[in-house]
Amino acid sequence: MSERLREKLSILADAAKYDVSCSSSGSDRKNTNKGVGNGHHSGICHTYTEDGRCVSLLKILLTNHCIFDCAYCVSRKSNDIQRAAFTVDEVVELTMNFYRRNFIEGLFLSSGIFKNADYTMERLLRVVKKLRLEQNYNGYIHLKTIPGASDELIHEAGLYADRMSINLEMPTETGLKLLAPDKSHKDVIKPLGFVQNQIVQFKEEKKLIKSVPKFVPAGQSTQMVVGATPETDKEIMYTADAFYKNFALRRVYYSGYIPISNDTRMPVLGTQPPLLRENRLYQTDWLMRFYGFKVQEILNDANPHLDIDIDPKLSWALRNLQHFPVDINTAPYRMILRIPGIGVTSAQKIVQARQFGKLHIYQLKNIGVAYSRAKHFIKCADTPFQMKDFQATQIKAFILAESQSKYLKTATNQLILFK
Amino acid sequence: MIYVFDGSLEGLLTAVFEWFERKPGQVTLSLEKIYQPDAFTESLAIQNDRAKADRVWLGLQKKLSKEWMRKFYCAYLSEIPEIFNSLFLFTIYIFQNPAGAEKNYGNEHVLTLSKAARSVEREKHRMEAFIRFQHTTEGIYYCGIDPDFNVLPLILNHFKNRYADQKWIIYDLKRHYGLFYDLNIVEEITMDINTQALKQPAPHQLNEKEELYAHLWKDYFKSTNIVSRKNTKLHIRHVPKRYWKYLTEKQIG
Ligand code: SF4
Repeated sequence: MSERLREKLSILADAAKYDVSCSSSGSDRKNTNKGVGNGHHSGICHTYTEDGRCVSLLKILLTNHCIFDCAYCVSRKSNDIQRAAFTVDEVVELTMNFYRRNFIEGLFLSSGIFKNADYTMERLLRVVKKLRLEQNYNGYIHLKTIPGASDELIHEAGLYADRMSINLEMPTETGLKLLAPDKSHKDVIKPLGFVQNQIVQFKEEKKLIKSVPKFVPAGQSTQMVVGATPETDKEIMYTADAFYKNFALRRVYYSGYIPISNDTRMPVLGTQPPLLRENRLYQTDWLMRFYGFKVQEILNDANPHLDIDIDPKLSWALRNLQHFPVDINTAPYRMILRIPGIGVTSAQKIVQARQFGKLHIYQLKNIGVAYSRAKHFIKCADTPFQMKDFQATQIKAFILAESQSKYLKTATNQLILFK
Repeated sequence: MIYVFDGSLEGLLTAVFEWFERKPGQVTLSLEKIYQPDAFTESLAIQNDRAKADRVWLGLQKKLSKEWMRKFYCAYLSEIPEIFNSLFLFTIYIFQNPAGAEKNYGNEHVLTLSKAARSVEREKHRMEAFIRFQHTTEGIYYCGIDPDFNVLPLILNHFKNRYADQKWIIYDLKRHYGLFYDLNIVEEITMDINTQALKQPAPHQLNEKEELYAHLWKDYFKSTNIVSRKNTKLHIRHVPKRYWKYLTEKQIG
């Protein structure tokens, strides 16, 4: 009995790991009626995989049987692999027992499509209802929306899940059509839009009536596979930007494609996943969400790709030297945020601290500014008088020479692997 | 001038009170345990006084936001020997300056304190993440820990709110005390046994299902790994080796 369970878990966790979303944040679900579990506003990573990714949720498929044949997916119909399916009770038991031992923040449940979309969605819903209603479980639940499932099922699922997501898979419709002819971005847009509408509606009602239940309190997210098809960084990030805006998504995830088949439409087996590129995309995502950058400032027709050797914030600064040097002691917060080497926390500390007197270099260092990087772009109380204006290429050379960037090292290392 | 105190929060706050009563100029606060008298520096042994300490605490609450009171408390729990003097001087600095002085990150004590608080919050967060309960035959979920800082007071509420329907014990093996939740309240307990032996409960003390779930969790951990993305450096940065002893997924066998 337990041997079979172990085997199923290995198969169905293995198949689920390509979904990179791991967040358990954004839910403030309370533990009601002395049950078990609650949401943690910023989420908790209970451990990290050996490749350094956060493990926060029990991330599994209900089954890896699937009627579709998406080329980029290990569960595709034509792939010759072991198949398995959990029963509803098995998933409930696993979740409860992992949760009680503080292994996880909750459950991330996805599935291959067996029979049809509604049949699958209905099963997922049964797991979630059992957890909430029978086990009095208030921990985090991230539920995958099955493309093509009916509005009624999606609506009901939203009453129990903390987050729902549905993957765009490929950044452009052309890319998607190439690898998954049965799918289209429309199948994703419709449920995203439906859930988004419901979220807004429930919030409105909750303002009037306190007892209105929560509906997907941690919002929606989506994922794009990067590097399986030849899209530019600009295309990827413009799609992300549009989805952030149109569906108020909490997160867009970028997953560097890991070759899993000999399909000639995609990179060959053994090709390294584009980790550095993935990292640059996340950095851009952060600049858009927390640093007040418009996507067009970072990527545009003149710059359709992100630089590999330097991060996008530094790239932007070097292309826009007319805005620098920024005076630390007078510049508005939004400009301080744009200085390479200064993050959100340091920027906030700077604007608080400068009310007490002009800031000096040693204070900036203490506050946590990466001064050797920032010094090319700032003025503060004791900045040495500069004789000449440096060119962008010179500054870049200085910074690259000084920085011990781990990504740079990975980059060279990767280039060697690509040869 | 040196003030010598016993390491308690009450003592620290009393010291601040005494300073304002005497205004002796520059004073360093030192820990009784490590204080070594010398012939040239005058010293004063602080007598803990609840009423005096309360007055200072209330005074601080009037000047500092909740967030800063928390920083103050966290920094105190760091137990770093130098932090006590910093807290002492920080408090005097706050009382001597107009409201908002804590935002002056150019000030040495403000920075030391907020850095220490950050480290403590990080350790607290790590304990919330890395604690692994084992279900014992007595029906209690147990975990022994030895955190870098004294974080039990900070994690109490998290575990109480989350695991409201199961009995649990979290025991600080380094500081020799623990928290016990009995389905109603959380109590501070000390266990009069060899704590060394408690690091891992013996197999016969564990619920029969325990082994199965440890296996399942280890299997799960293995399956989540993507070999072609392996990055040991990053892994260790997130899960420093000193925490591995807690982690079920890191136990061999
Ligand atoms: S529908 Fe989903 S599970 Fe099925 S092959 Fe496509 S991506 Fe994989």
